[in-house]
Amino acid sequence: MEILTFEYRGGQPVASPPPSVLVGVVGSGNLEVLVEPAPLGGLCRIEVQTAAVGFGATWQAVLDDVFARHPLADIRISINDVGATPAVVGLRLDQALDAFAGGAQA
Amino acid sequence: MRDWNLQGRNRDARLARAAGLTDGKRVATADARALLEAVLEPGDRVCLEGNNQKQADFLARTLASVDPARVTGLHMVQSVLALPEHLDVFERGIASKLDFSFSGPQGARLARMVADGRISIGAIHTYLELFGRYFVDLTPRVSLVAAQAADAAGNLYTGPNTEDTPVIVEATAFKRGIVIAQVNELVDAVPRVDIPGGWVDFVIQSPTPHYIEPLFTRDPAQISEIQVLMAMMAIKGIYAEYGIQRLNHGIGFDTAAIELLLPTYAESLGLKGKICRHWALNPHPALIPAIEAGFVESVHSFGSELGMEAYIRARPDVFFTGADGNMRSNRAMCQAAGHYACDLFIGSTLQIDLAGNSSTATLGRIAGFGGAPNMGADARGRRHASPAWLKAGREAREGGGQMPRGQKLVVQMVETFREHMQPAFVDRLDAWELAESAGMELPPVMIYGDDVTHILTEEGIANLLLCRTEEEREQAIRGVAGYTPVGRGRDRRMVENLRDRGIIRRPEDLGIDKRMATRDLLAARSVKDLVRASGGLYDPPRRFRNW
Repeated sequence: MEILTFEYRGGQPVASPPPSVLVGVVGSGNLEVLVEPAPLGGLCRIEVQTAAVGFGATWQAVLDDVFARHPLADIRISINDVGATPAVVGLRLDQALDAFAGGAQA
Repeated sequence: MRDWNLQGRNRDARLARAAGLTDGKRVATADARALLEAVLEPGDRVCLEGNNQKQADFLARTLASVDPARVTGLHMVQSVLALPEHLDVFERGIASKLDFSFSGPQGARLARMVADGRISIGAIHTYLELFGRYFVDLTPRVSLVAAQAADAAGNLYTGPNTEDTPVIVEATAFKRGIVIAQVNELVDAVPRVDIPGGWVDFVIQSPTPHYIEPLFTRDPAQISEIQVLMAMMAIKGIYAEYGIQRLNHGIGFDTAAIELLLPTYAESLGLKGKICRHWALNPHPALIPAIEAGFVESVHSFGSELGMEAYIRARPDVFFTGADGNMRSNRAMCQAAGHYACDLFIGSTLQIDLAGNSSTATLGRIAGFGGAPNMGADARGRRHASPAWLKAGREAREGGGQMPRGQKLVVQMVETFREHMQPAFVDRLDAWELAESAGMELPPVMIYGDDVTHILTEEGIANLLLCRTEEEREQAIRGVAGYTPVGRGRDRRMVENLRDRGIIRRPEDLGIDKRMATRDLLAARSVKDLVRASGGLYDPPRRFRNW
């Protein structure tokens, strides 16, 4: 088990965010993503709890691209990962952030 | 005066030695070993039938039990090494040399025995090469084959799993060899004649029916959303784009997902009648919904698939069936069809390098090739034109001023990471190290990079036909390699340029909304759904039943 934290600046807050969005499942090769509004002074904070140790650089690369697609501010994203591949991580985050930002197309 | 009929005289001598064991062509089950010891001679080239589906398992066991003092130094020629007995004959000194095509389940033991010097490998072939050599310089002296039933005249009925039997028997019988068949039952009259009795010398009832592996059954419950997304890209970005009418699918969940998206996603794009009408394919259960939806006009098969028998019988307009109603498969014919008559092959692999070479070889295993290299290769001898073949050829040659010709579409479909975060894209294939450690003359490459036209991953499609330099090709591959080290080593500017030119296409470039990629899009989401789609005709093997 490894815990990784990533922070991004320069995003825009969502005007009227939902209380929270939860997608995915905690199962082998999958992950659970919880997105919540949070007063972080313009920050997007992503906390990853992952079963696969030693993939920090891969997470960084995946999440950099996710933030580039969804530049949001004042949100906290909590990820509970059970060995999902980057493809699944990207897909789940796209789903969660689309839903959070009101179904806007990525 | 030279004797021009040594082979015929030798054959007569073998038959004479077996005379005491026969009742017509029939030999009692208990005399099977005595028969093999009577007809085999040291150093004989012996073909033992067995593919990844049907197995002449009783004759394999019997051969492994003969007295090595009487039968030794055999040269085995066979499609597949699947059973332990296939290697036991080498361990016991009965055989010493091997020419084969595929060794999936025995790959690790084979590698050890080669390293120990117990087996000398002639060559590892594709099916068509091996079958070809049966008629050139690897003609079997004795063949051991499997059939469903035989009559007193030796006529064989193979049932749906005809597979390799015709090609083996023809090569043997017409060069004065000996053909021995194990059959599940002895009958007064066979339902149809798959092999004429005149080509068969001995028939033995096997104590149990020959084994058949349900190799092509994929449970739709295990198809992931990523596989649905990739299947959407294949349909919209390749099948629709080229108007693919004639094709072959590899084995696996990636292509099963495509089959299950035809009646839903492809139908919604208005593609019925425009793509996927004619197939060289085993009767995949996953194809049932597309057949029922009217997508599929014809399917010719290498072998059959357990549980599909009644469904096939009820759809004779689609499948190749005999007067008895059952399928007649034929591996050699279907391989030829897949190689020459299909416009597209799509399949998965384990590793792809920066030149697009792909391999399923892993260290410590000699797995062989099977049919994939023939399916996944441009047939350089092809001359008949089709719109898909012409379009691919145009894309590859545009602006080059070359003689126009077509090209087969060969698509490698892989997720960038396999299980346990193993990257599918690598700088150097494991095949190189395997070749060195096993003393092979070439790295065992399944599909050569210059035959691959498209690489499809969850990140997008790389169209290698449109690449004009080695550098463009490498960046096109890196550009769909996701977050693997190969993918992260991309030149971002060059990849964006390739995307602008349509060489790399992302799902959004194809107008595919990733949020639609859910399992709800599958025409069947379980084996039970497949049974339902077949109107109850598909009868899955027990291991695929969970109800």
